[in-house]
Amino acid sequence: MKKTSTPVLPARGVAGNEPLLAVDNLHVEFATRQGAVKAVNGVSYALNPGETLAVLGESGSGKSVTAQAIMGILDMPPARIPRGEIRFKGTDLLRLPEDARSQIRGQRIAMIFQDALSALNPVFTVGSQIGEMFQVHRGTSRRDAHKKAIELMDRVRIPGARQRVNDYPHQFSGGMRQRIMIAMAIALDPEVLIADEPTTALDVTVQAQIMELLAELRRESDMGLILITHDLGVVADVADKIAVMYGGRIVENALVHDIYRAPAHPYAKGLLDSIPRVDQKGQELYAIKGMPPNLLDMPSGCSFHPRCPYRQDICVTEAPPLYEIGPTRNSACHYWREVLDGSHG
Amino acid sequence: MAATGEPILEVRDLVKHFPLTQGILLRKQIGAIKAVDGVSFDLRRGETLGIVGESGCGKSTLAKLLMALERPTSGSVKIKGLEIADARGGELKRARRNIQMVMQDPYTSLNPRMTVGDIVGEPYEIHQEVAPKGDRRRKVQDLLEVVGLNPDHINRYPHQFSGGQRQRIGIARGLALQPEIIVCDEPVSALDVSIQAQVINLLERLQKEFGLAYIFIAHDLSVVRHISDRVGVMYLGKVVELGRDTEIYDRPAHPYTQALLSAVPVPDPEGRERRERIILQGDPPSPANPPSGCRFRTRCWKAQDICAQQEPLLQIRPGTAHASACHFAETHDVVHA
Repeated sequence: MKKTSTPVLPARGVAGNEPLLAVDNLHVEFATRQGAVKAVNGVSYALNPGETLAVLGESGSGKSVTAQAIMGILDMPPARIPRGEIRFKGTDLLRLPEDARSQIRGQRIAMIFQDALSALNPVFTVGSQIGEMFQVHRGTSRRDAHKKAIELMDRVRIPGARQRVNDYPHQFSGGMRQRIMIAMAIALDPEVLIADEPTTALDVTVQAQIMELLAELRRESDMGLILITHDLGVVADVADKIAVMYGGRIVENALVHDIYRAPAHPYAKGLLDSIPRVDQKGQELYAIKGMPPNLLDMPSGCSFHPRCPYRQDICVTEAPPLYEIGPTRNSACHYWREVLDGSHG
Repeated sequence: MAATGEPILEVRDLVKHFPLTQGILLRKQIGAIKAVDGVSFDLRRGETLGIVGESGCGKSTLAKLLMALERPTSGSVKIKGLEIADARGGELKRARRNIQMVMQDPYTSLNPRMTVGDIVGEPYEIHQEVAPKGDRRRKVQDLLEVVGLNPDHINRYPHQFSGGQRQRIGIARGLALQPEIIVCDEPVSALDVSIQAQVINLLERLQKEFGLAYIFIAHDLSVVRHISDRVGVMYLGKVVELGRDTEIYDRPAHPYTQALLSAVPVPDPEGRERRERIILQGDPPSPANPPSGCRFRTRCWKAQDICAQQEPLLQIRPGTAHASACHFAETHDVVHA
């Protein structure tokens, strides 16, 4: 059947009041033998041009699944998106047909992954893998794509780009491979870059290099950056705002300075209290008791209640909404006032 | 916890070279990976020595040498005066009772086909004199209780536990023979952030309770600062700086330590624009072919001719109160700047 209407792809450049990217009440489920697992449960966040949004959470919090839904790289089935919108400059990506979606994926919204070695193809040179972006999406000739690959390797500061363009991924160190991933991701000048734990597998000095590179690229192009991480240090270093996820929900979102000064959700507060710091020798660490929830068997009410020091009866029976507690701030805790007061004290 | 008394572990000029060979029929050595290349330190009873360094610096090889899982090329490792570097048979077995290990990955370091009771009790099979057969089940249950697990779960399998609980199983196994030294190789890096603090607190409590000495190997400098009394910084098979935790973190003297510390993100966004960042260029050189003289000189902003010619020894330098291996050592607080 022939399509009757061509979907309108959002234009490059700045749109009106609509954020660059808005995730709105997103739900993602996975069909498993034990039943549907609700991995993402009503997540909303927004990203503006030039902004860095950190999505913080532990394994199973739904932070990566949300990103994969934005990219449209979830395997469906078993995944299913029963509800929600992902608006890129006002256009809901979830309603776009696949061919329109693939116009956006990789070109307008790009992604880099934690493990660069397994994300790169071992049997092709890095130059051909970077150049492929231009050949596939722009119809560039092979010769020009090769030149572009060298330019990009220079731009992500790989020393000796011209000599190394024909090397294979295994000939590069972990940090250099991550730079190659970044080169591929920024090749087509995306407006949104999603970085899923981009430095988790790297040493701290290399992590510092990569984070600095990402910050420079973001400044140069006014790209919006979604940084998915579990590292509170990295967030404090580079992010403008933060969304803390727990059990498939956002439990707190805030400007970075606000949340580090005084967290308003017990989980965020517990995390901040539990990390040792390089600049001070602390006493015994505060430890959040218990363990992250099992998505197949989520606790009733607030999913953090079994671990929460602020728990009251209502927390067991009633899931808290994401309360608006300030113009740029939300907390999904019935007792956010007490948490906030406790943080100040 | 303050360290007291005599050293229970003495490491002197420890070297481990892995040969690089060429040819299939006539294997001939064409070089060596100098994984650990002249490391010396002491560990005292009840003390925690943190070892930090980046991948490839030799810290995990060092752990294997201390455990006598690898034979050193040269040098000595003494546990309570007993040399283990060339010990064999019964002698080695006795020495090993005193030094145990907790591994990084609680998912692969526990046999999935063994029950928790069998895993934690396995050391008693090897060292039968520690616990007579009839006592073992009770001993294992005691150990589970000590590390905060339910003793009734003794017949469960590893997959029935979470990552943090599995790491506790690994710790219980490490404690089974009542060793005086435990080598922890990245014991919390595979765990979720909210679980890390639980395991760190457990290790500290066990140290106080049993007077354990820890070698704590990790790449997370914040965790190492928290738990260590003294810290050694490794680069390409050598210890470049060694001292009390406050010395290393507040008054680092070696340029590499300074770069390493300045790269650690501080979980506080206040003043992040002003924070000093020493961004090192490039990657560490290959340990098969380390630079002459000082191994860090190829990435060092202070390097002079002397650094290529003369290897700086790990010693106390003018103006510093701890040992560092740099011709131009100068203390500089990068963390609080």
